[in-house]
Amino acid sequence: MAQTAIKECADPELAARANGLWALYQKEMADHIHSRRFLIVMALIALTSCASIYGATSQLADAVAADSDFIFLKLFTLSGSSIPSFASFIALLGPFVGLSLGFDAINSERSEGTLNRLVAQPIYRDSIINGKFLAGATIIVTMVFAMGCLVGAVGLLVTGILPDGEEIGRLFVFLVFTSVYICFWLALSILFSVVCRHSATSAMLGIGCWIFFALFMSMIVTILVGVLYPVQQMSTMGDLLNYYDLQLNLNRLSPYYLYSEAVSTIMDPTVRSTNIILPQQLSGAVSGYLSLGQSLLLVWPHMTGLLALVAVVFAISYICFMRSEIRSR
Amino acid sequence: MMEKNLVPAAESENPVCGAVLQEPAGERIPLIRTVGLTKEYGTKRAVSDLNLEIYSGEIFGLLGPNGAGKTTTTLMLLGLTEPSAGEAWIDGIDCTRDPIHVKKITGYMPDNVGFYGDMTGRENLRFTGRLNGLPGDLIERRCEELLERVGMTYAADQKTSTYSRGMRQRLGVADVLMKDPKVIIMDEPTLGIDPEGMRELMQLIQNLAKKDGRTILISSHQLYQIQQICDRVGLFVEGKLMACGRIDELAGQMQQEGYQVLEVAGLPDNDGLRTLLEHLGNVDAVEREGEYYLVRSRFDLRRELMRRFLSEGYTLTHLRQRGSDLDEIYRRYFERGGEEDGTDSHKGMRRS
Repeated sequence: MAQTAIKECADPELAARANGLWALYQKEMADHIHSRRFLIVMALIALTSCASIYGATSQLADAVAADSDFIFLKLFTLSGSSIPSFASFIALLGPFVGLSLGFDAINSERSEGTLNRLVAQPIYRDSIINGKFLAGATIIVTMVFAMGCLVGAVGLLVTGILPDGEEIGRLFVFLVFTSVYICFWLALSILFSVVCRHSATSAMLGIGCWIFFALFMSMIVTILVGVLYPVQQMSTMGDLLNYYDLQLNLNRLSPYYLYSEAVSTIMDPTVRSTNIILPQQLSGAVSGYLSLGQSLLLVWPHMTGLLALVAVVFAISYICFMRSEIRSR
Repeated sequence: MMEKNLVPAAESENPVCGAVLQEPAGERIPLIRTVGLTKEYGTKRAVSDLNLEIYSGEIFGLLGPNGAGKTTTTLMLLGLTEPSAGEAWIDGIDCTRDPIHVKKITGYMPDNVGFYGDMTGRENLRFTGRLNGLPGDLIERRCEELLERVGMTYAADQKTSTYSRGMRQRLGVADVLMKDPKVIIMDEPTLGIDPEGMRELMQLIQNLAKKDGRTILISSHQLYQIQQICDRVGLFVEGKLMACGRIDELAGQMQQEGYQVLEVAGLPDNDGLRTLLEHLGNVDAVEREGEYYLVRSRFDLRRELMRRFLSEGYTLTHLRQRGSDLDEIYRRYFERGGEEDGTDSHKGMRRS
């Protein structure tokens, strides 16, 4: 179908470009879907989803007693006594999905000697890396939305409460955020696969980044901020505010933190600000929920930031790939 | 436009533009042409000032030791590497400016060709067909034909990770032919193949040129195999083309320059024999190679040699004049290249 559409394309150069990209995209999709690695990742994600929803439903009764609005969203954000919530599970394991899809994208082709066969075909060289990224992104989006729907469906069966329009809207934004977040990790792993000769090295680098951002970044930021604004010398309210602002902004450099903050805002309508607010700023505020539009406004910078991260990382890998010389293995 | 020219030439079985058209040499138009092609990596010149003309339907062997710049040359011809200076054309298309068109009519079989291991041989071919934008029914038809032609039909539906090296090489030939190329560039096609596989591969390559009229450029350091099938060869040393022409031409040139190599063996085979050979007069070098001594000289020493053998009481068991095989030609040109450079590069060659 698409093949004929490409044939009808008026511009022959564009047609050639689209043809190469389409063939590679198809192949990459087929590779991902048939690969054992993908099945393992899928199983892992499904398992954690089930665990988190089990935890959430067990806590749901207490949570509803405290606040009976937006019950459907609580399925995704409530954590069980020892099991993290779906949202935090995804924040932690999402990188793993992205990394596993891309860490050997280019270097395995190089080491198996298929890359120079590929570049000798009449396709534009960028189709190779574009096709790989697009196929990975498609897989990620499909997987994320499938998981979201699965968790929603199970929750629906267990609680029997129908989500209203706003909840569905929020859920959709959450899933879009998740997709972009995982795509960032895909782009990063593709970058490592271009830069590193061996797929093991690029996998190690990817895992290193993942652990750094998820675990160590906040510690390092705390130390750094502690050095810049020592507690002993803190005398004014302004100092304290600066301290917290700096800590927050440094933390936001980490895609993990950025994503977690955005998701907790979008999934919880009671969150009114992602920054520090003083009591006097809150005075006179009517207690209530934010509408979806207002919540979106709060996380708009996060979305822009995440998209920019994806774009920048992919652009770097694109440039590295286009400039590298492809010889036999 | 290119496609139209291409399709009938391959579909027809008769040699349309066979190698030996016996046209006057002046009228033949080169299909591959390079002018002053140069590639520098930092200060190292991988290829320097290469002028090459390869005619339609010819099998051309680009011969040289490892690291002579053969692969770099093929990469530049395919537009995969940008030359530092000079230009290259394949069928009138500029290789640097329009690599997509060049790659449409040029098949490239890399050194140690690789396939996607979790796909079958047929699927790999199909994928190549799709990358070339061929319609589905043509892909299926060609897959079948080519698998048959390279004798891989029996393994077509096995995953390529189970293939042996020879099988991969044959599938590589089929893969190159998927796009029905006018020009085929092969990088070390004979490396690591058993003698029987080699014979079949050579036959196959020869048929590609003689039956289909494709132009073939083979780069290799395995002189012996290549010399059997090449119409012309180019000797490539340290990025420079030392000599180019038919093998008998090169041999003739060699003899004119007066290089002589004698294979000698005698009894008793003791140190005295070597001393005798070294003191024949006008000897450049004496080397031991297996059971023979090689005597290099600029003069015909056979008469003198026989006389001395008799007078010193040795029995001559072997005497042959070398010079017409590629090994010897190659060696000569190579040594001369080293001398011109004033380097001791020929030592490096011997070690490798």
